[in-house]
Amino acid sequence: MIDSIRGRNLLTLDGLSDVALLEILDTAELFVEVNQRTIKKVPALRGRVVASLFFEESTRTRLSFETAAKRLSADVLSLAVASSSVKKGESLRDTIATIDALGIDAVVMRHRSSGAAHQVSRYVPLVRVINAGDGLHQHPTQGLLDVFTVRQVLAERRHAKGSETGKELFDGLHVLIVGDIRHSRVARSDIAAFSTLGAQVRVAAPGTLLPASVQDWPVSVVEDFDEALEWADVVGVLRLQRERGSGSFVPSLTEFTGSFGLTAERASRLARGAIILHPGPMNRGVEIDSSVADLDAALISRQVTNGVPIRMATLYLSLSGSLQGARS
Amino acid sequence: MDADASPSSRHRADFVARAVLLSADDVQRAVRRIAHEVVERVRDIESLVVLGLQTGGVAFGDLLSSSLADITSLHITRGTLDVAFYRDDVAQRPFVNSAASEVPVDLDGRRVLLVDDVLFTGRTIRSALNALGDFGRPHSVQLAVMVDRGHRELPIRPDYVGKNLPTSLGEEIVATPEGVWIGSRGAP
Repeated sequence: MIDSIRGRNLLTLDGLSDVALLEILDTAELFVEVNQRTIKKVPALRGRVVASLFFEESTRTRLSFETAAKRLSADVLSLAVASSSVKKGESLRDTIATIDALGIDAVVMRHRSSGAAHQVSRYVPLVRVINAGDGLHQHPTQGLLDVFTVRQVLAERRHAKGSETGKELFDGLHVLIVGDIRHSRVARSDIAAFSTLGAQVRVAAPGTLLPASVQDWPVSVVEDFDEALEWADVVGVLRLQRERGSGSFVPSLTEFTGSFGLTAERASRLARGAIILHPGPMNRGVEIDSSVADLDAALISRQVTNGVPIRMATLYLSLSGSLQGARS
Repeated sequence: MDADASPSSRHRADFVARAVLLSADDVQRAVRRIAHEVVERVRDIESLVVLGLQTGGVAFGDLLSSSLADITSLHITRGTLDVAFYRDDVAQRPFVNSAASEVPVDLDGRRVLLVDDVLFTGRTIRSALNALGDFGRPHSVQLAVMVDRGHRELPIRPDYVGKNLPTSLGEEIVATPEGVWIGSRGAP
């Protein structure tokens, strides 16, 4: 287990200890204060260069990372893959070699292949690599901002700061993750983060949308979404990833919504004070009803807001201190 | 008081005390003396904002504010300032303990009094001066420290000093409201 991401890459939340996760959450809380100032910028990473390489489309994650890097005073290079040499057939390795040769300090990377960020980190041992989503594998900062948002809301109900509560509020917390588990890197990062911090995690999905490996995960599988509704303190709704062909794993979208969509009727049966999360972008009317997405219990816009301090904390910690694990 | 009664200091787990330099009473007296000096030199106490530097200066900031409130019977505006994100050595140091800044008012035109536990190289204060700029443009900034141990690396001097303690570079000073200790890091 790794106890701190200081000076390290952030490729996955698997293998990070509760101590490492809490360090990131507590650091992010400091950046929340920075984001509330008139001048939302600190010089912590002045003179560092952060490149964002998005080989797969993204709105919120890329904007959020770039905002985070700029608020830390880093210089940000954004590679528009559509107009880059990648289109001429340049390999990932050669694109990354260019980054390395330019003396860039950190790469924020999204790629459609699972393990792409890990592979890149081996090509460039002197560059910190932050995984912003790799295929079906992991989306670490999304998992972090989800646990951060949950802790923040639960702490507010006690009129406390999240950092004052440590991991106490996660102890035995009931987290239900529903929908397209198979294709979801968000689910994998959420499960790692919530379970490491002490929550009980259940997943609900049609059998076709569960990966074979689910039996090795620290979760239990719920056959019937309806039965688990009252149990849940937190419901994490996942997007049905039609761009990954999820449509063909369910008989029809209406059928999926009927059994596993968070409809207004289901939302009304949730426990009092239950929290609804969705990583966005939403398919309104498919996995979540439009009216449910607009409930106070749905923290979707707060998740987006919290993305910036979480990514500031990630970049700050990763680029702090001396490089860990680099070849000397 | 002996060296064993030593600084529990949460932030200095590896600190080994060799001697007690000031007792809690000495510290209290020094803070009260500084408070009187502040009242004498800052005419416009209403515009004063006392900011303790995270994390070691916060307790002294509170102590000094309370002392000032006692002497003047006025409400003293107080807050905290964290400088971790303003340091020029993010890459060189392992990590800096930090906590959130709480600056309760716009600093435009205010008389700011920075308070810290130990003044050493002056780099923390340089960072603090940079950080202040993000909260407004104070009329003036002064510095109060419990201990000035010398070894300045920047042209920074304190306006109020609890105690001047010449030290060698290898020594460590821990200053809290419970006392001031000299010692070293790691095993003695």
